Amino acid sequence: MTVLERVRKAVWLFKGVMGENAYQSYLDHHAATHTAEPPMTEKAFWRDKTDRQDANPEGRCC
Amino acid sequence: MSEHRNSPDRAGGTPGDGDGRDVDVLVQDPDLPPTALDPSIAEAEEGRWTPAKIALWVGIALLGGFSWTMLALVRGETVNAIWFVFAAVCTYFIAYRFYSKFIERNLLKPDDRRATPAEYKADGKDYAATDRRVLYGHHFAAIAGAGPLVGPVLAAQMGYLPGTLWIIFGVIAAGAVQDYLVMFFSMRRGGRSLGQMAREELGLIGGTAALIATLTIMIIIVAILALVVVNALGESPWGVFSVAMTIPIALFMGVYLRYIRPGKVTEVSIIGFILLLLAIIAGGWIGETEWGVAIFGLDRIAIAWGIIIYGFIAAILPVWLLLAPRDYLSTFMKIGTIVMLAVAIIITRPEISVPAVSEFANRSDGPVVPGTLFPFLFVTIACGALSGFHALIASGTTPKMIQKERQTRFIGYGGMLMESFVAIMALVAALSIDRGIYFAMNSSVAATGGTIEGAVAFVNGLGLAGVNLTPEMLSQLANNVGEESIVSRTGGAPTLAVGIAQIMQSFIGGSGMMAFWYHFAIMFEALFILTAVDAGTRVARFMLQDSIGNFIPRFRDTSWRTGAWICTAIMVAGWGAILIMGVTDPLGGINTLFPLFGIANQLLAAIALAVCMAICARKGAFKFLWIPALPLAFAAVVTISASFLKISSPVPAVGYWANHFAFRDALAAGEESFGAAQSVAAMEAVVRNTFIQGVLSIVFVSLALIVITTAVVATVKAYRNGGGPITEDKAVPSRIYAPSGMLATKAEKELEQQWDALPAHKKPARAGH
Repeated sequence: MTVLERVRKAVWLFKGVMGENAYQSYLDHHAATHTAEPPMTEKAFWRDKTDRQDANPEGRCC
Repeated sequence: MSEHRNSPDRAGGTPGDGDGRDVDVLVQDPDLPPTALDPSIAEAEEGRWTPAKIALWVGIALLGGFSWTMLALVRGETVNAIWFVFAAVCTYFIAYRFYSKFIERNLLKPDDRRATPAEYKADGKDYAATDRRVLYGHHFAAIAGAGPLVGPVLAAQMGYLPGTLWIIFGVIAAGAVQDYLVMFFSMRRGGRSLGQMAREELGLIGGTAALIATLTIMIIIVAILALVVVNALGESPWGVFSVAMTIPIALFMGVYLRYIRPGKVTEVSIIGFILLLLAIIAGGWIGETEWGVAIFGLDRIAIAWGIIIYGFIAAILPVWLLLAPRDYLSTFMKIGTIVMLAVAIIITRPEISVPAVSEFANRSDGPVVPGTLFPFLFVTIACGALSGFHALIASGTTPKMIQKERQTRFIGYGGMLMESFVAIMALVAALSIDRGIYFAMNSSVAATGGTIEGAVAFVNGLGLAGVNLTPEMLSQLANNVGEESIVSRTGGAPTLAVGIAQIMQSFIGGSGMMAFWYHFAIMFEALFILTAVDAGTRVARFMLQDSIGNFIPRFRDTSWRTGAWICTAIMVAGWGAILIMGVTDPLGGINTLFPLFGIANQLLAAIALAVCMAICARKGAFKFLWIPALPLAFAAVVTISASFLKISSPVPAVGYWANHFAFRDALAAGEESFGAAQSVAAMEAVVRNTFIQGVLSIVFVSLALIVITTAVVATVKAYRNGGGPITEDKAVPSRIYAPSGMLATKAEKELEQQWDALPAHKKPARAGH
């Protein structure tokens, strides 16, 4: 692995931990399964994500 | 519980078929490369002890052994902090490689040929297979908070060795085992919550008791965490300003993410982090001004009310506006600060002059937390060694995102080892400050009178070896960290902040930066805690709505505003009342309440382990039942004996009821002041507070006894029948592959390459890159 690849990997990992990759994995999932209807736009996806959290709260530990 | 997803497709089969390899429904798709590493190849790879591998493990064992010798046996004037780090890390490696592997091989037997819920229930949202290293970070961010930072600080009263031993050996034998087991069992059940599993395995009585216990425990945990923040911010205009600024910063981030640049999570977190640094710096200026002191120099009661009002509003606001952005900020700070602290400790290597086992280990009159080492060490340090709260996380979000079954060992067991390491670092930071200062900061106002003179007289009067506190030391430190006073700043957070500030200033910035680092540390602890307060209130509200819904169905509808507001108000009133009680307690609040926090958390752990034991018994795994049973027995003995001491100890400092009756008798005798209470009103407050604390102790211990008893009954029943009905979801063949640990082994890499070489149209859906 070159230095650049390592940096890229680290950035990818950090973004993943922050939760930024959620839209991409939704798109991957969508592409692989229901290709009939178009996927949600990025804006709609994040809106939907936080709105679902409203009804399904995640605990945070002490 | 808040989770209503029920799987229609239970396995429902006979005992033993949860064992994996012999399940014939798992037919491999012939068009795909293997979805699991061939067991014989894996076995051969693991069992092959090359000289290099042997040398590596001998090296780890020797370094660990040497570090433990330095800590436990060599008695010099001081001990270097680096030995704590090496002892911890080497022990973790050995436990992870050998004990967690033992559990995997003999008890859980994960099977990568089985699809995980993230695969067979995939919806691209909640159920989404996530790269194991990313998920490790997610899971760690969800389990680690202020708990592992506070408990070890308070337990430093007993010396460094008891806390270190319990944090390291507690985690490998109990805490990490609990997290791993709960996560695995929840994953096998489509990501069901602990409450649902308790109901299934223990029946109606056990399940209901577990639910009530969880709800009351959440209230007490939120209350005591909030109390830690109040104590850290009381009479500190700088702290109040910078922590208050997190609210507008989070609101800004929420709007930014919703309307300006959706999905740019890292970007907005960096912006938020810079704003946060500005808020800390600005707090230093504002704390100097007269108007700043007038507006932000609030007393503890005002701050407590502020947090209560904030908690209510935060829990009814939409998630995107406050909770989600605050959570991003908190995750960002968590990872950044913990890495920074680890680097700083390794580079600065502070010398620690606290005795290995202090004078207070065998006495019950310690000024920080009352009670002898057994059982109170084990409840004072809950998070970091064994934390029942994790069972709620390990049976919630994480199991729905696991790619492959064998990854649970890395994420569940390994994730908890990381939290334990955070606890060790917090302990080191607290130990690195002068012992006299430590006791001056952590003894209650009742003992020190809240003045420098009072603190000096009290601490020097304790007769501790090597302690010679002078008034200058206290005023100098207060000046350095930019506070009016540091006397009786109880709760652990300020002590840790001083420790971190001392370590960090010798690393970056020098003593001129100490005030900044102090407030930086206070800020990030407050951030974790306020996130936990928000999220805890919200989760508790949904649990309450679900429970009331059994009697008044309308409450089940979580989008019904009135119901949501009523339940939120009940929950906030619950923890708010305990918080106000702690703030106004004449006996010192945190000193009397903190044991209740630890007891509650450990009782939840006992409940989780009891459920795990019942599940293992139903699987027919009696030979290895001791894996959950031993930590369960330990947690049960510790918490039940601690509860009984809290309920029935005749020593007023330890027993709530002893105190209650002592003060009541004094009131009846017409006395005007008694002990630390200087007025009749204060005496009445003590009578009231000790009554509530005593009742809560009784409630907790009774609920836990019910759950443990039902679990033992379920276990014995399963033993008589040679097992029991399996409550796992039906096995579905997997169509993806990913390695199991942090680093892929050689055989795993080869298999991964086969998958990468697969033509695109044949590739099943994969998450990740």
